[in-house]
Amino acid sequence: MSDPRLHDPAWLRRLFWALAALLLCWPLLQATEFRPASLVDAQALRVSGGFLASFVPPRSDAEFLRQLAQDSWRTVAMATAGLTLGFVIALPLALGAVASLSISALSGRMGRGAALLRQLVRAVAIVLRSVPELVWALVFVRVVGLGPTAGVLAIALTYGGMLGKVYADILESGDATPAQALLRQGAGRLQAFFYALLPAQAAELASYTVYRWECAIRSSVVLGFVGAGGLGQAMDSSMKMFNGGEVVSMLLVFMLLVALADRLSRWLREALS
Amino acid sequence: MKLRALLLGLAALIVASFWSLDLQWVVFFSAAALASMGRFVAEFWPPDASPVFLARLLPAAWETLAMSALGTLLAAGLGLLIALPAASAGLGRGAGRSLLNALRSIPELVWAALLIILAGLGPFAGTLALAVHTAGVLGRLFADALENAPPLAAATLRQQGAGAVQVFAYATLPTVLPQLLSYTLYRWENNIRAAAVLGVVGAGGLGQLLAFHMGLFHMNKTASVLLAMLLLVALVDGLSVWMRRALTR
Repeated sequence: MSDPRLHDPAWLRRLFWALAALLLCWPLLQATEFRPASLVDAQALRVSGGFLASFVPPRSDAEFLRQLAQDSWRTVAMATAGLTLGFVIALPLALGAVASLSISALSGRMGRGAALLRQLVRAVAIVLRSVPELVWALVFVRVVGLGPTAGVLAIALTYGGMLGKVYADILESGDATPAQALLRQGAGRLQAFFYALLPAQAAELASYTVYRWECAIRSSVVLGFVGAGGLGQAMDSSMKMFNGGEVVSMLLVFMLLVALADRLSRWLREALS
Repeated sequence: MKLRALLLGLAALIVASFWSLDLQWVVFFSAAALASMGRFVAEFWPPDASPVFLARLLPAAWETLAMSALGTLLAAGLGLLIALPAASAGLGRGAGRSLLNALRSIPELVWAALLIILAGLGPFAGTLALAVHTAGVLGRLFADALENAPPLAAATLRQQGAGAVQVFAYATLPTVLPQLLSYTLYRWENNIRAAAVLGVVGAGGLGQLLAFHMGLFHMNKTASVLLAMLLLVALVDGLSVWMRRALTR
């Protein structure tokens, strides 16, 4: 370090922050029972070695593949049906929350009742969205029993809130003048929506919905783990039986499914814009 | 024409989905189910706030918070490690990008279910699951950020004869660091939500408590766990927004 060109003038500060970060991480490591050594002790190695070894070859007989195709379709269908219902929930929420459709706001400030109602609708959307879909599914599984109904409802509620809030944001981000002009001429709120707000923002709304459909497919697999059926449930039971060959086939099919949905959604979004 | 074909395809997909799923709306909207739903919701109140239960709830909440923070931190490190080849021009680019895609396309909860087999039940498996999935997400964002970094500083150092490591550490990394940190904080907001439910498959934290009490129909305790989840998410959102604002200042 005698050569001054090789000397880092900030080394002391860097060292201090590195040590401080390590010190801060210590309680985190404790709380998460972070013990990498437990991954490689003799007993763990025997279990995980056996499981990982059973990954090869992936199971691919005709009967299994038929079941796999059926499960994959159920996963996609659950996502699609859930998102459709979510859309049905989101539309009135968005219409109720959008401030550009306020008639009282045309003359000065929005009326107090109207403003309160809009806040309330927005709050409903936010509550629906902030409960994770997995928790909704756990609740509905208790009421309707195991099966896709619970999964579809869970996706519908979470995504309904999500879509409702974002739709309202997108609609408000656009130019409000055409809608207000229509409202001033005596058009109803729905007319102002269909003839002024919607045409201007349709592409963005559709593209966000398609993107969410892709996310819903991922959610739909996850919901299978609490008994909503489809690929997730099949994965769960194969994992519980340590059947690596089945697990790896399912993971491959799932990754293919996600890649396909991603490709399709990108293509759709390009077609829309 | 194209639009009409698109709408037709969409309608077909939706109809096929509803038709093939055999959804039990009759059961769901039956008087019995609605009544049981109502009872179920009514039982949530009041949330259990007894000291005995809080003494179990708070450690679980801390565990969830620690899982999300450590998982995100590990993910940032691992993501950067894979982003370096993925942002280069060479052979590593394709391999790095496909690895990131593979990590990213499997959801956290599926990773957790897999890693529980390897690491055993508990928060360690959950932390690893968050780290692995988020590494895929962050790695891709990092790789894009590194590729789009303004090349001037790096080129200057390289002309002065600096090696690859020096160029990265003293030119490229400092230019993109604020962006990388802001991505990482944003993913932390996501991961606290994921960490809260990972326990449902046995990966520790609040989710494990939730699944346990919901399974035994302890509705008041379930309500407390749900409230704790919402509070924790709000806390992390606030922290992350504050830190990101501090970063850009």
